[in-house]
This record gives sequence, C-alpha cells and structure tokens, in this order.
Amino acid sequence: MPQIFHRSTNFISRLTIYGAVVIVGALGLALYTIAMSPWYTEQNVKRQQPVPFSHRHHAGELGIDCRYCHTSVEKSSFAGVPPTQTCMTCHSQIWTNASMLEPVRASYRDDKSLEWIRVNALPDFVYFDHSIHVAKGVGCTTCHGQIAEMPLTQRAGTLYMSWCLECHRQPEKYLRPKSEVFNPYYDPPSGAKQLELGKKLMAEYHVQSLQTCSTCHR
Amino acid sequence: MASEGSHNTVGIVDPDPIIGPGHTFETVTDKISAIVLTRPVTPGWVFGLLIAFSALMLLNLTITLLMIKGVGIWGIRVPTAWGFAIVNFVWWIGIGHAGTLISAILLLLHQKWRTSINRFAEAMTLFAVMCAGMFPLLHMGRPWLFFYLMPYPNPMWTWPQFRSPLVWDVFAVSTYLTVSLLFWFVGLIPDLATLRDRAKHKAAKMIYGMLSMGWRGSAVHWSRYETASLLLAGLATPLVVSVHTVVSFDFTIGIIPGWHTTIFPPYFVAGAIYSGFAMVLTLAIPIRKFYHLEDLVTARHLDIMAKVMLATGLIVAYGYLIEAFLAFYSGDQYEIYMMENRFHGPYAPLYWMLISCNIIIPQLLWSRRVRRNVGLLFVLSLVVNMGMWLERFVIIVISLSRDFIPSSWGMYYPTRWDWATYIGTFGLFFTLFFLFIRFLPMISIVEVRGLVHETNEEKGHS
Repeated sequence: MPQIFHRSTNFISRLTIYGAVVIVGALGLALYTIAMSPWYTEQNVKRQQPVPFSHRHHAGELGIDCRYCHTSVEKSSFAGVPPTQTCMTCHSQIWTNASMLEPVRASYRDDKSLEWIRVNALPDFVYFDHSIHVAKGVGCTTCHGQIAEMPLTQRAGTLYMSWCLECHRQPEKYLRPKSEVFNPYYDPPSGAKQLELGKKLMAEYHVQSLQTCSTCHR
Repeated sequence: MASEGSHNTVGIVDPDPIIGPGHTFETVTDKISAIVLTRPVTPGWVFGLLIAFSALMLLNLTITLLMIKGVGIWGIRVPTAWGFAIVNFVWWIGIGHAGTLISAILLLLHQKWRTSINRFAEAMTLFAVMCAGMFPLLHMGRPWLFFYLMPYPNPMWTWPQFRSPLVWDVFAVSTYLTVSLLFWFVGLIPDLATLRDRAKHKAAKMIYGMLSMGWRGSAVHWSRYETASLLLAGLATPLVVSVHTVVSFDFTIGIIPGWHTTIFPPYFVAGAIYSGFAMVLTLAIPIRKFYHLEDLVTARHLDIMAKVMLATGLIVAYGYLIEAFLAFYSGDQYEIYMMENRFHGPYAPLYWMLISCNIIIPQLLWSRRVRRNVGLLFVLSLVVNMGMWLERFVIIVISLSRDFIPSSWGMYYPTRWDWATYIGTFGLFFTLFFLFIRFLPMISIVEVRGLVHETNEEKGHS
C-alpha cells in the first residue's frame, strides 16, 4: 500500500525530535538572558526629569557631598529627594537667569514641588532602609554606581533580589571604611585585599547581613 | 480459570469469559477501529459533547472571574482557608490512580483481564490529572506566578520551599502526568498505526500517520514496544503509591487533629484506588452499552472491578474505624473532640452520609447478584464517587473549621463559584473524554488481540 509520507519525513522527524530538545534549551537560555538584560531591567535608562539635573556637575565637578541634598540618608529608611529650597541655596545667586533652571525658579515662586521621576525604586513589597546600610560601611556608589560621572541620572543596578543577596551573602566583597561611604571616587582594593578589609570591617562594625525573608518582606 | 493459561481444556467453553466467544484477530481490530473510522457521529455523542463543552465554558468563565477578582469569590475564609479547591484536587488525583494501577501494576502482575479496560482507564487518568492540576494553580493568590514553585535559576536567587508538601505535590503531580502520558502514548502507537492503515481520508491518514511515529509492526518494533511497556510500567507502579502518599502529606504535615495522622498515606492510596475504580465503572458501563462492547468489556470485567472496589472499600473502612478508635484510645481531648465533632457537629450529616456511601452501601458488592447487575453497579459506582468526595470534604473542612481553640472556629459555606469550578472541571474531563472516544481507539486493539490468540490456542487452533 502506498506510503503516506515522503522519504524525507524520516530525516525531518529525527531532526525535529532531537532539535526540539535543543530548541527548548535555547528558549530557556534566551528567556533567562532577556530577563537579566538591561532592556528588561531598565538599567542605564536615563529617565526624563523636569530639569536635566547633572550629578556629574554637582557631585563630581563641584564636589558637593551627597548628604547636602539627600539629607535623611543617615537617619531614615528614605534617603530623601531635596526640596526646591535646597536648589535655590545656590541658584538664587548663580545661574539666576539660565533658561534650563526656569522650572526650578517657577517651582520656588509658585511653591509647587518639582516632580522628580524616581530612578531607583524598589517594589512596595520590599522594605529597604538606607540608614543601616550607610552606617555599616556600604558606600553610595556601591549600589548607585559611578553617580559622580553621570551627566543624567540612571539606575546602575538591576534591583533584583539576587542583586541584593549578592552582597548580603558576602558583605566582605563590598564593604568600605565608614569614612569613605560618601566618597564618590572611592576605589576599592581588588580581590584578596578587599576580602581581607571586608572581613575586618564586618567584625569591627558588627555587620549581621541578615538574610531571613522577613528582614525585607515585612 | 480456564482462560488464563491452562491448556488442558480443549472443547470446554469458559462460562465467564474475559472476551466474547468467536472473536478472531480481524473481528477485534474491525470492531474497535470501526468506532473511530467508520461509525457515523451519533446525536447522542454530539449531545453529550455539547453538555460537556458548556460545562467547560462555565469553567472558562469561572477562571476568568477568579483571575480578575481573586479567590474571595470562593467560600474560603479564615479558618477554613482550604475548601472545594483542595477537596476537588485530591478527588480528581485519586480517581487517576485506578488507570495507572490497571495499566501498570496489573501488567506486571500478568492480569489479562486488564486489556480491554486499560486504554480508556489510562485516558481517564490523564484527563483526571489535568483537571486535578488546575486546582493547585487556581487556588494561588497570584496564579500567573505558578512557576515560582519550580526550581529554576531565578532573579531572586531563591529555591522553592522544599520542606513544603505543596512543593512535593508539584513534583509528584507533574511526574505522574508525564509518565502517564508517555505510557498511554507508547501503548497507543501500534493502534494508531492500525488506524493509519485503515483510514480512508487523507487528513486522517496523515494525522494518525504522524502520531504513530512510523510504526511498521516489524519484530524489532514489537520487541522494543514490549520492553518500553515493561519499563514504563515499572516506572508508573511506584507512582500509584507515591503520588497519593505525597498528596496525603499535604495534610499529615499539618498539626491539626484529623490531619496529623500516620494512617493517611495508605488510607489515601486505598481510597484513591477505590474512587478510581468507581469512576472506571461509571465510564465503562455506558461506553459498553452505547458502543455495543459487551463482548470486550464483559460482565466478568465488571465483576472483577466490583471486587477490587469492595476490597479497597474495606481498607478505607478499616481506616475510618481505626481513626475513630485511636482518637478515643489516645485520650487526647483535641483528638476526641475531633471525632465527636464529626459525629454531632455542624457537618455531621455529611459525615454520616460519608459512612453510608463508603462503608455501608458498598457492602452490597459481596453479593454476586449485585456485582452482575449492571444498572445497580452503575449506581453504586456513583455512590462511591460521591462518598470519596465527601471523605475529602470531611477531612479538610471539618478539621479546619474546628481545631484547637474555640475562638478560632468558623464555618465553610461553598459559594456558587466553588460549585461552578467543580462542575467546570467535569466539563473539561468529559469534553476530553468524548473527543477521546471519537478519535482514538478506546480499547487497546493490540492487547485484546493478544487475548484472542490465547483463547484460540486453547480451542485447538494455533
């Protein structure tokens, strides 16, 4: 009785069956790569702000300390976004007529806050406290990247739980002396030296580096 | 019995055969493949499919509403945070176990009578596991994140909670589904090849052709088929015991009275086989009637299945009795109250209905007259299925509604959406089953032909 399928089906069926395994594997790998990619995590995306504030100019070139604007970082869970008054401490005296700064002056004049777009935002089911991190030797640039070299603000980390756990599971890889926490140009020692320093600091600062679920998911 | 191996009985006709007299290889294949290939679609089948399909649409609606509004549409509250969803999950999974027992364990035990029921029983298992699998997914607060239960490299760097029986369920049920599917499909391959060879329409030839994976019926193919069947049977056999054991762990790991008991694993497995055989009977009796298969699914099959039901029913009865005895023997006030609550509490009518359906009424099966009365057997199978559903309800809801501290007690009342989800899963099950009996050979042609060979050999034809 006549064959229903052409001879080539023998080859095609073997190819698709073995190939299916490869395809499923490749699909899994593709999904994983996409999930970790900056496109998906929105790292390094310079979000449109009301005023194109340059951390590079202010924190880098002018050397203004982080805490001048982000005032509550040592005391509170939230680091704080400065009110317009902070901007006006300088900009009432310099660049007073710059068109780029018109929204700042308008905000001061009309007593309406500038609506900054959050770049580093954790989801609502996560509790994060800045003050404890800053108090135990985690520098600003460790999590926020080379902020003093950013003309426009972008997120440096993925903010995935794995990104947090990376440090929480091995704080010795990332700790720095408390005096260097607010130094945007701190250059950590590499490899074994950092581990040595980190372990010393962990003991000195009594770093617990909690990893229980309820630490952050309260 | 005459038809099982003794060759000294030439000329004696078995009064209680497992295959009707006068069958040859051809008649068996003709009969079974004709149902798929030549029998016209009957109004009865269409009507049945339409009803099942409407129930499936009800499931569709219910799941959509569930995704939008959440599990509050069901009656679950504190303290009864598990209601119909888990009752139905355990009920459906339990039903599935009979198919695997028939296919796998009875194969390894060389029970020839399994051959005409194993195909549709295994299909029943597959569809039951699919229905069951919906409930653990749907009962989650965020069902779209169901994949969190799987251990895959995730951006949270966390594994699922391996200490939880709910995670064990994920492995048990998915293994069960995979192995059952493989076993059923491998068994189907020669039959699909038969359909491919006999089909008249090009489309049918192509579809059955692709599904039969190039089966030629050569000696090599048969040898591999036998080996594969044995290996899969070996793989599936421990699953019959382990899957429902793991499901029972959902409860035993908990500490409330009525749940935290070591009798549950064997008690659940026996109960699963009990309800599974009841469902096989519920399906077999109408099928053999409407498709005139009484010579393949014979009265002897129904008799044997009824006996298995009786045996497992007695094990389940023992489970109930020992549970009650130990509750009082323990002297523990909470255990004692748990039993007394079942006897006199707010859900007591359901408990007593359970005892009648599972222990008292099935004792009728001791009588040969009852086992041979097809109508009565059908009713009994429905009674047992209802009883097993009630058992899961009694275990889950009654224990949750009243545990240690009276101030935490609360009642569970199912809502219309609880019922809609349950009826909807019947829609899924029966839609799949109706499609199965229409498009696939519901009895294993290969294995029943094996029976013909044996029977003819004894009559002097070799």
